[in-house]
Amino acid sequence: MAEPFLIGDTMTGGYGKGPDILHECTVAVDKGEIAVIVGPNGAGKSTAMKAVFGMLDVRSGAVKLDGEDITKLSPQDRVLKGMGFVPQTHNIFTSMTVEENLEMGAFIRKDDFSETMEQVYDLFPILKEKRNQHAGELSGGQRQQVAVGRALMTQPSVLMLDEPTAGVSPIVMDELFDRIIEVARTGISILMVEQNARQALEIADKGYVLVQGRNAYTGTGKELLADPEVRKSFLGG
Amino acid sequence: MTDQTKTYAMFAMVAVLIIGTGFVQSWNSALFILNMGLISAIMSLGVNLQWGIAGLLNVGIMGFVALGGLATVLISMPGDREAWAAGGSSILLGLLIGAVTIVGAIFASKRLAKGMARTLVIVAIILAGFVLYRMTFIPAVKAVEAVNPATSGYLGGLGLPVLLAWPVGGLFAAGAAWVIGKTALGLRSDYLAIATLGISEIIIAILKNEDWMSRGVKNVIGIPRPLPYEIDLQNDPSFVERAASLGLDPTTASTLYVKIGYAGLFAVVLIVLIWLSQRALNSPWGRMMRAIRDNETAARAMGKNVTARHLQIFVLGSAVCGIAGAMITTLDAQLTPASYQPLRFTFLIWVMVIVGGSGNNLGSVLGGFLVWFLWVQVEPIGLWLMQVITAPMAEDSALRAHLIESAAHMRLFTMGLFLLLMLRFSPRGLLPEK
Amino acid sequence: MDFLNAIVTLSNFVLIPAIAYGSQLALGALGVTLVYGILRFSNFAHGDTMAFGTMVVILFTWWFQSMGISFGPLPTALLALPFGIAATALLMIGTDRVVYRFYRKKKSEPVIFLIVSLGVMFIMNGLVRFIIGPGDQRFADGERFIMSARDFKAWTGLKEGLAIKTTQGITVVVAIIVVAFLFWFLNRTRTGKSMRAFSDNEDLALLSGINPERVVFYTWLIVAGLATVAGTLYGLDKSFKPFVYFQLLLPVFASAIVGGLGSPLGAIAGGFVIAFSEVTVTYAWKKVLGYLMPEVLEPSGLVQLLATEYKFAVSFVILVIVLLFRPTGLFKGKAL
Repeated sequence: MAEPFLIGDTMTGGYGKGPDILHECTVAVDKGEIAVIVGPNGAGKSTAMKAVFGMLDVRSGAVKLDGEDITKLSPQDRVLKGMGFVPQTHNIFTSMTVEENLEMGAFIRKDDFSETMEQVYDLFPILKEKRNQHAGELSGGQRQQVAVGRALMTQPSVLMLDEPTAGVSPIVMDELFDRIIEVARTGISILMVEQNARQALEIADKGYVLVQGRNAYTGTGKELLADPEVRKSFLGG
Repeated sequence: MTDQTKTYAMFAMVAVLIIGTGFVQSWNSALFILNMGLISAIMSLGVNLQWGIAGLLNVGIMGFVALGGLATVLISMPGDREAWAAGGSSILLGLLIGAVTIVGAIFASKRLAKGMARTLVIVAIILAGFVLYRMTFIPAVKAVEAVNPATSGYLGGLGLPVLLAWPVGGLFAAGAAWVIGKTALGLRSDYLAIATLGISEIIIAILKNEDWMSRGVKNVIGIPRPLPYEIDLQNDPSFVERAASLGLDPTTASTLYVKIGYAGLFAVVLIVLIWLSQRALNSPWGRMMRAIRDNETAARAMGKNVTARHLQIFVLGSAVCGIAGAMITTLDAQLTPASYQPLRFTFLIWVMVIVGGSGNNLGSVLGGFLVWFLWVQVEPIGLWLMQVITAPMAEDSALRAHLIESAAHMRLFTMGLFLLLMLRFSPRGLLPEK
Repeated sequence: MDFLNAIVTLSNFVLIPAIAYGSQLALGALGVTLVYGILRFSNFAHGDTMAFGTMVVILFTWWFQSMGISFGPLPTALLALPFGIAATALLMIGTDRVVYRFYRKKKSEPVIFLIVSLGVMFIMNGLVRFIIGPGDQRFADGERFIMSARDFKAWTGLKEGLAIKTTQGITVVVAIIVVAFLFWFLNRTRTGKSMRAFSDNEDLALLSGINPERVVFYTWLIVAGLATVAGTLYGLDKSFKPFVYFQLLLPVFASAIVGGLGSPLGAIAGGFVIAFSEVTVTYAWKKVLGYLMPEVLEPSGLVQLLATEYKFAVSFVILVIVLLFRPTGLFKGKAL
């Protein structure tokens, strides 16, 4: 198989000077695909993603983007290289309007980003409708859309989402997943951590099940959904 | 060096500084520094209770100190019968009406259901109370202040022994602290800081304006003291004889005697307070207070009523400052509201606590002595320095005159610089918390 | 009943002074609220920053006056204002570099910043007194009145006069200009928006590539401008005395908290609330009531709710009420 577009290869590390949380963990996503990281609570899912984004001390292993080793780069530099990151919480500027949030998303860009903004509005029509409203006044699902839209403003080649459907109702979750698929269709690779394992694996091209910081099961979404072990442990049979 | 050795060494150094002053300048100066140093140490102890143990930022120390001074006047000055007859009872009645109004309003706000009716009732109570209060209070105040305005013009005090004023000062301060604490604790530390600053300004304003209570800016002089007067000592033949045997003239001997007397009294209070504070610090209560300070969320989760504990500490620390305030006024033998300047007192005490070592009782005491010493000596040293620097300038140069004149203002600058340097390079202070 | 005279008296002694004072407080509170919102600490040195800025303006004003430069009917101080702002900006940025930055990198608690700002306050206070002395300085020149009481009476034939001092008029005009500029900057420029974003959500702002040091730099720049303008306007209107500027700290902070710490709109509203309260509560209403009420009910006393010395007590009481019932303030700033 060709080299994956983004890969966190055999990562071992932890926060600051703390103990290792990840143990030789590998997650990767191919171009234009959706990769999902699932697992029980405390498995290190968010930690794995943060390691890929550079918010963690990776003590062994490497992170490569499009063949380039970016292990030593800071998160801001990785944004410049084309990575987008949507944190789980506090991921929008609540006191600023939707449009201002998107503007801030494009902050590092020096060129005219109005076309990108139109693209984001096409992807998330509700945002266009509420463009001058304060982001803090929107519903949970709409705020998540603002958060994703903000990250898309830098025209990233890979978008990382930390539990995007945390705390939203099932209907909104479906809609969010639909939007994420739309984003992937535009050619952006998606790496996603999700608590709602079943629904996430249904849309995933690749899935990683982590347990206590290690890879437990790896495969395509369909494979994992069909695997009886996986189903028993994490999907409720 | 071990903690104990370090503590002894630090205190020894301060002792050397003060004794050195005695030799280089004069024994009177040294004793003056010692006495105010003792009082400053007490105030830092009080502030350390609030900050070092509970993490509460009290920027209004001066107000509590002023209340202590007020207590001295109210307790020890002789009452003015004429003034009392003119309006004393009406004043008390007026104050009572005011208190009842406030209590009534709070009562109404707690007991009645929310809504327009309750708001109206509260407004009505406040208005009625206010009108009644002014009707009784204002004419009485005028009458009292008209009685011998040059020498008196106020109600006077209870004529009790002045030493009684010290614990009473503590009580006054504790009362005020309780009121402020109830209102402002439980909010951000910034808000507490502003609230305490505001209340101290108000207390000072009341002292300056309510002439009927303590003569306002006309000041109260001649406050009784717990020690004999120098004149009396000088006229006492046995004292003169003993002084002569020590090789001292009566005047110097009498001033030294009085100052040493005060030093003794203050030292007793300080030692008692240190002992109490150390016991408290090392008790289960003290450990709990520090645990709350270090992790308030965890403490709350464990069911500790953090706000109530904070209130306890706030009241206690302020009471200590009140006692110190009473002591200052006793030492000065006069109450001068205008001398209560926020810059001088409040922030200086903060420097003392931080330099000495916040969280460490002995540290704050050390800080009290050391910083007070510096505060006093910075002026003559600064003046001397400025004269040295401007020596090469022309005798009548305006710049030279201005620089020398301004040397006095460098005190504040130096203190600020000192504070910043300590915070940056030695934030835990000279004697850090154990 | 004499409505016109009542209204004129009210305007002259209450409305106009309160509007001028409110504008000055608003500008001061804006400085405090910006530091709180963006740098996340209560800057107790703000009063003495205002004093420093005003001092530089005064020095330049004296220099200009000695050179014969004047501004016609307007105070020469206005010409000196840019210099004052520049000097204060340098001081603020220098102070940040030497003092505050260390604690920022350490991610110290806000309370530590407060204590540090106390030290800075000491130093600035000493510096100002050292350079210009602790005494009263008057530096207003130019036309004293836009409209004097005498002219008004002649013009309207009323018994009461309405005087509008030039300094009061300037205060309002300058305040409006400054506030308009500030809001334009914060809402319409990329840098201003980045500052708002930084204040809203620091981590996300950093993630978006916003440079924190640049934000800090611009904040101090703006705060220096606000402090200098506020201090100068106050000094022109009343007089300059270092100790008074320290005392202004309380009403300025009260304004910012009442309006909602961190909210610029709140700072302005708070400024006027505090100013109007202070003025109305300590004003002797006898005259106005005399014009409004029938003779029988005319008050005999001064009808002054509180003595003038208790002015700042009013700010404090309002502050306490707000803290008790609505700590986030009128405009829901960042509270607890």
